[in-house]
Amino acid sequence: MAKFIVKRIGYMLVTLFIVVTATFFLMHSIPGDPLAHMARNLPEQTRENYYEKYGLDKSTSEQYLIFMKNLVTKGDLGESLRYPGREVTDTLLTNASVSAQPGGLALLAGIAIGILLGIVAALNKNRWPDYIVMFIAILGITVPVFVLASVLQYFLSVKLMVLPTTGWGSWQNVVLPVIVLSFGTIATYARYVKSNMLDVMGQDYILTAEAKGVSKLNVVKKHVLKNAFLPCMTLLVGQVSGIFTGSFVVEKIFGIPGLGFYYINSINDRDYTMIIGTTVFAAALFVFVQLVVDIAYSIMDPRIRVK
Amino acid sequence: MEKILEVENLNVSFNTYAGEVKAVRGVSFELSRGETLAFVGESGCGKTVTAKSILRLLKPPFAVIKPESKIVCNGKDVLKMNKKELCEFRGDEVGMIFQDPMTSLNPTMTVGKQIMESLMIHKKLDKKAAREEAIKMLKLVNIPSPEKRIDNYPHEMSGGMRQRVMIAIALACNPNVLIADEPTTALDVTIQAQIMDLMMELKTEMNTAIILVTHDLGVVANFADRIQVMYAGEVVERGTTKEIFNESKHPYTWALLRSVPRLGSESKEELYALGGTPPDLLLPLNHCPFADRCEYCMPICKERKPPETVLSDTHKVSCWLMHEKAPKVESFYDRRDK
Amino acid sequence: MMVNHDVTDRMENIPDEKFTIIGIDKDAEAPTRPRVGYWRDAWRRLKENKVAFAALIILLILVFFILFGPAISGYEFEQIDADAINKGPSAEHWFGTDDLGRDLFARVWQAGRVSIIIGILGAVIASVVGSIYGGIAAYFGGAVDDIMMRIVEVLLSIPYLIIVILISVITDSKSLGTMLVALTLTGWCGIARLVRGQMLQLKSQEYVLAANALGVAPIKIILKHMIPNTIGMIIVAITFDIPGYIFSEAFLSYVGLGIQPPSTSWGALASAAQQNFMFYPYQLMFPALMIALTMLSFTLLGDGLRDALDPKLRK
Repeated sequence: MAKFIVKRIGYMLVTLFIVVTATFFLMHSIPGDPLAHMARNLPEQTRENYYEKYGLDKSTSEQYLIFMKNLVTKGDLGESLRYPGREVTDTLLTNASVSAQPGGLALLAGIAIGILLGIVAALNKNRWPDYIVMFIAILGITVPVFVLASVLQYFLSVKLMVLPTTGWGSWQNVVLPVIVLSFGTIATYARYVKSNMLDVMGQDYILTAEAKGVSKLNVVKKHVLKNAFLPCMTLLVGQVSGIFTGSFVVEKIFGIPGLGFYYINSINDRDYTMIIGTTVFAAALFVFVQLVVDIAYSIMDPRIRVK
Repeated sequence: MEKILEVENLNVSFNTYAGEVKAVRGVSFELSRGETLAFVGESGCGKTVTAKSILRLLKPPFAVIKPESKIVCNGKDVLKMNKKELCEFRGDEVGMIFQDPMTSLNPTMTVGKQIMESLMIHKKLDKKAAREEAIKMLKLVNIPSPEKRIDNYPHEMSGGMRQRVMIAIALACNPNVLIADEPTTALDVTIQAQIMDLMMELKTEMNTAIILVTHDLGVVANFADRIQVMYAGEVVERGTTKEIFNESKHPYTWALLRSVPRLGSESKEELYALGGTPPDLLLPLNHCPFADRCEYCMPICKERKPPETVLSDTHKVSCWLMHEKAPKVESFYDRRDK
Repeated sequence: MMVNHDVTDRMENIPDEKFTIIGIDKDAEAPTRPRVGYWRDAWRRLKENKVAFAALIILLILVFFILFGPAISGYEFEQIDADAINKGPSAEHWFGTDDLGRDLFARVWQAGRVSIIIGILGAVIASVVGSIYGGIAAYFGGAVDDIMMRIVEVLLSIPYLIIVILISVITDSKSLGTMLVALTLTGWCGIARLVRGQMLQLKSQEYVLAANALGVAPIKIILKHMIPNTIGMIIVAITFDIPGYIFSEAFLSYVGLGIQPPSTSWGALASAAQQNFMFYPYQLMFPALMIALTMLSFTLLGDGLRDALDPKLRK
């Protein structure tokens, strides 16, 4: 077991390393001068100072080594190109804590509601609850997040005025983003849980349980659910990824000062250090979630556990 | 002997997209306490469906037990039971074991818990008592180190052991009847013998009546008291084991007997295989179902269903060859001894 | 019903000839159901699935409009009309106009061409690459398979859209080609895994072993047994992937990294309409509706195809 964990952590580190390195070199391969836009009107000496500050006077490989050293020893991702003085790492952490609120809530709500709906659909196959759930699920999967966000914003904020349109600070600001972000997760989990449950219910061991005289309720509770839920863990990574990218759009539309919002801005601003920083952060997040899921899954599935 | 199970005119159909498949057509039989009855026939003849119907394990609306059917077990009308009564009935009065031990056990539940579940539901034992009883059951089915094995998961056991666990689960509440649906088909031959021996032991010890569903006549010879041969959803011949092996009268039974390869036969002839395929169960079949593949087929066989001829208290056969006008034929099972 | 050699009335009336043995009629064809080939059966099952079939029809209708819509509208999609700025849907402009007075009906269908092409091309390219990769990994097995799959694992642990955005930023070109490269760069990984998994499973299936035992050459086994069984799955995977690519393109455009004027795509239209959403919701509604409809139809079609092509469900 321990061997397994160590192996997975190893993978995680290797992956991160590759991603960071690749991102770094790719970004630095962009032709042109990252500071050009900003430094255009500055006097020669100031310009040189800036270049030195950002280490841009050195070769790419040297910059890489400095970058990695800073990253690994101090967790320092440098300073923003667009806003000198702003530490990338600090900005990321601040933004992340903002994004984590609607994001985290959306994840939890999405999973809980999604699973619930999935169970309802499976137990009522081909009857109206099934159709309703499947309809919601289809909507969640096919309607793009920016459409959903815009529509909800239009109806609930503008027309009905129950919730604020944009802004950040009170719990009301969180409601719409959470609804929008969780939709996809609800849809995915509902479909998956339903499909898994139906699969499990068709298995031989369910017949054995029935032959023993176990009531329908207990068959579902004790035999179906556990076996159906186990594979759902693997969905987690995709959902985190989906909510993360969904937040790009949602934060823009609802004016939330989170990770996604600043990421979009830094792309448009060509703020390369921010872009690298955010990418590294995102990659680390996903790889970590993947690791957690892998380990948790192996603990919970007795078939894998006993190795 | 006291009758523990009576089935009359069982008719079971499946509603498929192509129409109504009549899988079981008017099957009747009885089972006495402590006796072993074998259902024998090829795949698709309806023997498993009949067995499952006793516990009502087939799912409506797809599968339908027709209203003219009657199943009475230990005085109770199974087909009229409500959900609660049915759950009490299953596992307690009648236990069942299935064909594939690999897939018939819950992979994420320990073996012990699966046995205990039955005990806790029917015998109302608490966890501790159930666990002790489960260990006893494991011992009974000859699983070594039962105190350790009880916490194993199914995948940690071999196929033979899993099947023993299945037997333990089915017999945990000491049911009157055990239904074994092809219990050894998925196991290899040496394990087969072990499992059958185990079932013999248990049957004697617990006086359980057993319904053994199989397509393998070899397994039946030393095990069953009585045999009923099924074809295309109907019983074509029934009798004691002796009667079926030595005095059978139905051409299909002869074909089944003939197909069992004999140890020590001198001739180097090809293994016998019955030609043709079973009839399509969508069709009504108002004549003898075996007519198309029968060497002794007569015109009457394709027109009307043969009546059931009584040869003795226990031996009955449904075949037009029994009619006084029919020619006398030699069983080609006996034939090959010559 | 027991007859103990007593002859009942009915029995007596049976003529003697009925009891002459005629044995097995070798010429008689037992009544069986007609055999249906795999593809024909799949098509039949698909047609029976009303939802999937409806989705197919919707897609065909969309394709029709995409091809002929701009022509039908009577306007050029770039045609600017300063007098008709931001007009709602009307008889002259069925979908209304945008802030430059361009007819939205024509623009939506023009944009559709780009979106659908990206969707289909992206999915197909990724699937072809992925299938070949997966097939090779499965065929060779062992160490080769291990390494190839490790690579896939690493690639898959990086969030898809991040890669797409990165590539777009780096190349800094917004052409169709670049976008396709960005989208498919890691998009093939999913299919590679699926195909490899399926092929490995097929390899150990009994009928492959049987073919091997019968002396059939490996290449024939691959062609006749493994590929036909995998194609169904690949087709389904492509169908399910297409909406993903359409969405990714829309997302990219929304973020400003996608298709640039004068070309347009549904995502680009939506993005441009975002600002005016409060005042002119229809500008966002139509492209959004098309995106949703297309994605929905492909997904439902994929569901239906999967059920239709699954050989285990053949009845």
